[in-house]
Amino acid sequence: MFGYLLKRLIQMTLVLWTVSVIVFLMMSFTGDPVFMVVPIDATDAEIAQARRILGLDQSLLVQYGRFITSLVQGDFGNSYVFRQPAMTLILERLPATVEMVLVAMALALAVAIPLGVYAGANPNSRISRTIMAGSLLGISLPGFWVGMVLIFLFAVHWGIFPSSGRGDTAELFGLRISLLTADGWHHIILPAVTLSLATMAILLRMTRAGMMEVGRQDFMKFARAKGATRRDVLYKHGLKNALIPVITIFGLQLGDLIAFATITETIFSWPGMGKLLIDSIYRADRPVIVVYLMLVALIFVIINFLVDIVYTLIDPRITLK
Amino acid sequence: MTAFFQSEFFYNYRRSSSAMIGSALMAFFALAVLLGPFIVAQDPYDIAALNLMDSYKPPVWLEGGDPQFWLGTDGQGRDVWASILYGARISLFIGLVAMVASCVIGTLLGLIAGFYGGIVDSVIMRIADIQLSFPSILIALFLMSAVGTGIDKVLIALTAVGWVVYARTVRGSTLSEIEKEYVQAAKVAGLPNHKIIRKHVLPNVLTPLIVIATIQVGTFVLIEASLSFLGVGVPITQPSLGLLIKNGFDVLFSGLWWTSVFPGVAIMMLVFGINLFGDFLRDELNPRLK
Amino acid sequence: MMRDTVKQKLLEVRNLRTHFHTFAGTVKAVNGVSFDIAAGEVMGLVGESGGGKSVVGFSILGLIDSPGKIEGGEILLDGEDLVRAGEARLREIRGRDISMVFQDPMTSLNPLHSVGRQMDEVLRLHSDLDAKARHMACVEMLESVGISRAAERLKAYPHQFSGGMRQRVVIAIALLARPRLIIADEPTTALDVTIQSQILKLMRRQIAEKGASMILVTHDLAVVSEMADHITVLYCGNVVERGRTRELIEAPAHPYTRGLIDSIPDLSNRHERLKQIPGTVPDIRNLPRGCNFRDRCPRAEAICAEIEPDLVPQRGSLSAACHFPLSPGDTA
Repeated sequence: MFGYLLKRLIQMTLVLWTVSVIVFLMMSFTGDPVFMVVPIDATDAEIAQARRILGLDQSLLVQYGRFITSLVQGDFGNSYVFRQPAMTLILERLPATVEMVLVAMALALAVAIPLGVYAGANPNSRISRTIMAGSLLGISLPGFWVGMVLIFLFAVHWGIFPSSGRGDTAELFGLRISLLTADGWHHIILPAVTLSLATMAILLRMTRAGMMEVGRQDFMKFARAKGATRRDVLYKHGLKNALIPVITIFGLQLGDLIAFATITETIFSWPGMGKLLIDSIYRADRPVIVVYLMLVALIFVIINFLVDIVYTLIDPRITLK
Repeated sequence: MTAFFQSEFFYNYRRSSSAMIGSALMAFFALAVLLGPFIVAQDPYDIAALNLMDSYKPPVWLEGGDPQFWLGTDGQGRDVWASILYGARISLFIGLVAMVASCVIGTLLGLIAGFYGGIVDSVIMRIADIQLSFPSILIALFLMSAVGTGIDKVLIALTAVGWVVYARTVRGSTLSEIEKEYVQAAKVAGLPNHKIIRKHVLPNVLTPLIVIATIQVGTFVLIEASLSFLGVGVPITQPSLGLLIKNGFDVLFSGLWWTSVFPGVAIMMLVFGINLFGDFLRDELNPRLK
Repeated sequence: MMRDTVKQKLLEVRNLRTHFHTFAGTVKAVNGVSFDIAAGEVMGLVGESGGGKSVVGFSILGLIDSPGKIEGGEILLDGEDLVRAGEARLREIRGRDISMVFQDPMTSLNPLHSVGRQMDEVLRLHSDLDAKARHMACVEMLESVGISRAAERLKAYPHQFSGGMRQRVVIAIALLARPRLIIADEPTTALDVTIQSQILKLMRRQIAEKGASMILVTHDLAVVSEMADHITVLYCGNVVERGRTRELIEAPAHPYTRGLIDSIPDLSNRHERLKQIPGTVPDIRNLPRGCNFRDRCPRAEAICAEIEPDLVPQRGSLSAACHFPLSPGDTA
């Protein structure tokens, strides 16, 4: 067990290190950040001085060395735009993004699993076919467009939901969370629904595929030969087996949600770190972009690790290697 | 040819309404894309052809609509329908070219990884794995922010994201073929690698590749649309459907919905058609356990 | 254990027809099969792979799923027709009156449930025993199929057992509710040869002890000659011969049976080539007119291509469907 954890830790560190190298290289070759910091009419001497201060006159390797050391200390430098520590800016907005992602995932699961089980158990029924057509449509839609349509219908036209922004927040454990207020829910519905659609569709399809695959297995027929009801066989024997592939992609889907949150936050002006990323890309605010990428990489790596652990809990055939 | 029409594939195709609808949609877009410029009166990107007096006309079935512009016009008097046809060309072009590039590069890397094994294999697969643990949109976004905007940059970003699935599939196929005894025997007899590739690996891997490639076009169209919507995709001079939606977003709150909704419908129909057909292909081309 | 009194017919199958409707045509997997089984008897159901033998077993338990369907015939259990019985009634019978042993022990058990849970399920479905009594019954049964440290092993998962052990578990499950008939579908085909005889001995002992009947479905004549009281031979969905084991093996009337017996390798005769039945099984979607076996039969004449032979009594206990049945001493 300990050996496994150690191995995973090393793997995770390796991945993060690779990401840091890639991020650093990409950032180094894109534009000259010096011009973000100095005023437009700076003299050559001032520019040169700024370069020295930012360490941009050193060799790439040295720059990377400095980059990595400050990274490990959690110091990513100040945002070029806000003149505040980039890390703080991102962390402030993290709860908003996490909120939306969690609500979207909960919504997706709540709809996808039951519908997927039904569609997998009764693959030829009219309802199932409709569900499957709907899920296919779900993965064919551009998410941002759906958000727009929802805004137009529910906010502009009918005025039921707000078209942008986050609702009132209440504080819990030092974090500002909008899910604790009714106004918060009022604001989060449209963005969360928009975000959840693609994931909902994918999870539905995976669940259905899993159920159908499991239905073909011998042990299902054997259970029926014992005299079990079709229903029992489906839910008691089949479901757990069918959900195994779903767990595989669950982690990836969570990652996708965080990624697509950037777009959803942009449309709905949701003050999360995704919107901050997009804005920072526009403004070439390098430190913020770097923080976002590294943080998100860390989150993904942790999610993957947790999914693997969950796997071993569900399937007794899988052991930690 | 007749053999094709009598095959089980075609039989199932005719019985599958989704396959037929899917390919109908795809055919519609293919035609629209090829014939587009010839069937619309107005070239939406020829400034001279535009008339500001025509701006923001609603679709023909609403009050104020003009039968000349059946889906309405945008802020500069551009015909939405014409914009969609032109935009679809760009979206599809990007999707198809990126798919081909991903396929070629991915297959190549997969073959190399499978044949040479060792460190080459490890490196390629490690990169693939790391890439797979991140959502493609994020990687694409990041690349675009680094290399700048433009159609060629979009193509590079999409290819960088799309090669992985081909590489893995082909590598898997290669490895399993190499293990087979008749291949090993042939190698001992002096069969060169490229013949093994041609005769054994490629035929086996062809059907999954076709399915992957088909669906990937749709995926790429969506990713490009998202990138363009965020402003890091195609340039303003060559708007894809995604950029059209972005342009329409700003006036959405004033109730002028048709400039952004219709391009979205177009994307939806295109990708939906591709997915319908791709689904059918996947079910058909998979070895069935009957 | 043979009873001398007139045996009660436990199961009568009359003219069973089970067809599968597929893309390429209708597969008449079982096309007019009839046989009887009395209490305490073992019947061997023999035929080539794909010849419909397993379908017979699943038809009896009503486990034929689409695109298959029982198109006709009767399956009488103590006089009750199972073909017309509803799903609820069939569920009562499955596992309790009639149980089944599947072919592949590696896939018959749910990998996510412990062995104990899967055994317990049978008792929960068909008995009123409380948890403790059920547990004891499972332990006892596991021990009687030859698995030591039974109480411990009940908590284990299927993947922790070897193939032979898993099959023992499957047999234990099949026996738990004390069925009167066990359908064993190629129970030893997936196992090593050395384990095969162990499992067969186990099954023979169990059914003798409990006075149950068994349908032993197999393509292996050697197995069936050891275990069965009487044999039914299936070819392309029809019964071509049946009779008491001894008579059938020693002097079969149908050329197909003769062919099957002859193709069993005989270690004592090392210099002869292995005999095989020439030709291949016909496409079951497109069966030839007349006798299904005629293209491979050394005795076929013109009439065999015209008229399908009926199953008629020949000599002793044997019935065969052939225009030119073999006499004792014929070598086909």
